[in-house]
Amino acid sequence: MAVIRDVMPAFQLLQPTSIADAQKILDQYGPDAWVLAGGLDSFDWLKDRIKKPNTVVDLSGVEELKGIRETGQGLEIGAMTTLTEIAQHPLIKAKYSLLAQSAELVASPQIRNQGTIGGNVSQDTRCWYYRAGWPCYRAGGNICYADTPVGRNREHAILHAERCVAVNPSDTAPALIALDAKFVIRNRKGERVVNAEDYFVGPEIDITRLTVLQPGDLLTAVRIPATWAGAQFYFEKVRDRNVWDFPLMNVASAMVLSGDTIQQVRVAVNGAAARPLRLKAVENAIRGKQRSIATAEMAGNLAVQGAVPLQFNAYKIPLMRNLVKRSITGVQEATWAS
Amino acid sequence: MGILEWATSPWGQRVPIHIAWFLIWVSLIAGLLFLVVHAIYVRYFAKQKQYAATTSPELLSRLPEKISRHSLAARLFHWIMALAMLALLFTAFLPKVGVQFNWVTYHWIAGLVLTGSIIFHIIHASFFLDFWSIWPDKIDLQDSWKRTLRFFGRPAPLPRKSGKYPFDNKLYHGVIVLCGLAVMVTGIFMMFRVRTGILPRNPYLFGDMSWGLMYVMHGLAGVALIALVVVHIYFAVRPEKLPITYSMVFGSMKRDFYLEEHDPERWVVEPPPFPGSQKGGAHAD
Repeated sequence: MAVIRDVMPAFQLLQPTSIADAQKILDQYGPDAWVLAGGLDSFDWLKDRIKKPNTVVDLSGVEELKGIRETGQGLEIGAMTTLTEIAQHPLIKAKYSLLAQSAELVASPQIRNQGTIGGNVSQDTRCWYYRAGWPCYRAGGNICYADTPVGRNREHAILHAERCVAVNPSDTAPALIALDAKFVIRNRKGERVVNAEDYFVGPEIDITRLTVLQPGDLLTAVRIPATWAGAQFYFEKVRDRNVWDFPLMNVASAMVLSGDTIQQVRVAVNGAAARPLRLKAVENAIRGKQRSIATAEMAGNLAVQGAVPLQFNAYKIPLMRNLVKRSITGVQEATWAS
Repeated sequence: MGILEWATSPWGQRVPIHIAWFLIWVSLIAGLLFLVVHAIYVRYFAKQKQYAATTSPELLSRLPEKISRHSLAARLFHWIMALAMLALLFTAFLPKVGVQFNWVTYHWIAGLVLTGSIIFHIIHASFFLDFWSIWPDKIDLQDSWKRTLRFFGRPAPLPRKSGKYPFDNKLYHGVIVLCGLAVMVTGIFMMFRVRTGILPRNPYLFGDMSWGLMYVMHGLAGVALIALVVVHIYFAVRPEKLPITYSMVFGSMKRDFYLEEHDPERWVVEPPPFPGSQKGGAHAD
């Protein structure tokens, strides 16, 4: 398949300066509009000429979508806030370090300077068959090229694969799920707030999208409740290249302890399925138990129940088991600073 | 805007991938339009039905009060198939019109139920029922020609009453057979593309073009079934057809309706097996 790199197809570029204007434009153009945040996912698509939108709506001029604000209930982060701002923000580092850690492990400093929290959670999958423009399920076709006997699927899903085996590549998504974050979405009907874990959808529900965003929808902010402020956090990301890569898998946990007893806990992994998975069964199993190696091992084993490896990604099962285990014990055997 | 969606395969071949989804609405609207036009025709334009007389008084005296039409097995098949068909249509097309849910598993399970019921029906109809009673015969063709001539005011003899199944019923059955077998056969092959735990997954069973045509055929037959099901339900609830619907629930129809609509020589009803019995058996069930 011929790919002409670096020569983007012509499109109409609209640069609103307020949420209201952006909303109007998205209403007007509907499915023809392409929302551009930091551009790191978008420009791949456009330069590869795989996606050819008529209209690109650049949100970089909408100041209302930027910034980190402390509210009575916690924290509100504008969707266009950069990952660097999040990773370096004193309040986030002090109270919600899980998010700071996850943001700091995204790609490279240059990319974090440009990439936004909204873009990071809304980016498309990196499955190369899909990104190369092959007519797979996710692209509206009738086959998954990665899930064939000779498909290259080392990075693909081990859980909840439903025709498509692509995975979600976000690093901040599991951290936000562990923090019980809420995503604020606006469209012409008004504003709705969805739980972080419900923001993502698997192929069994919608095989062509990774999130609940529909044409006309705009993610405006991420709200983090104070519930988990100052809890014990754990984030770990495993990738092929430690300097700059998408996760093979990552894990995030937030835990409130009473002595050695786990009082409250939330655990999420990404890179295992088409959506970041909150491990409710694990949470329920370890709540009220001693934080110990035995509990962590039980959690790890429980986490991978039902996992089905593809031809080349069986390693993800022990990887997930161990990541979940470590997210409970809190022992980070390897720390990677970018 | 074509009726098919096309894509370029990794080998540069232009292949169909599925039907265009607007055909869902085309089929639904066609079905609804048919029922509106038919209802208006019947209400305002249709003439009184006239048939050539065939019932002898002797035969009339031997007929039971209730005429058995569908055996329990045939009725069970019909309703199981109806439920499976509705489940298949809803699970197939609701996600395409914006109602998102986990549909694939429900869809193939309903498909297996439909396949099982169709296989049962083929065996049952071939060996335990009068197989030919549902297929158009020479008399049907002659009578439909007579009806056509009379509709246009041309002189023609009166048509005979129908056998167990009227001609339009037989035509409908023929179309349903085509669509049903098409979705069934293509659907079974398509199960090789998804993880079912029943069939081994093998996306290489066919080439891209064959798979594409498979999906297209499944889609075309599927959307055709939307209109066919709409039309079927419409006729099932029409007042003059209610005795037939009743017989699909309870198994029998009244003697008066039988004599009014059916030719006892073409649908032979056995007299009651013993004196006093009120229900006669049909040759053609």
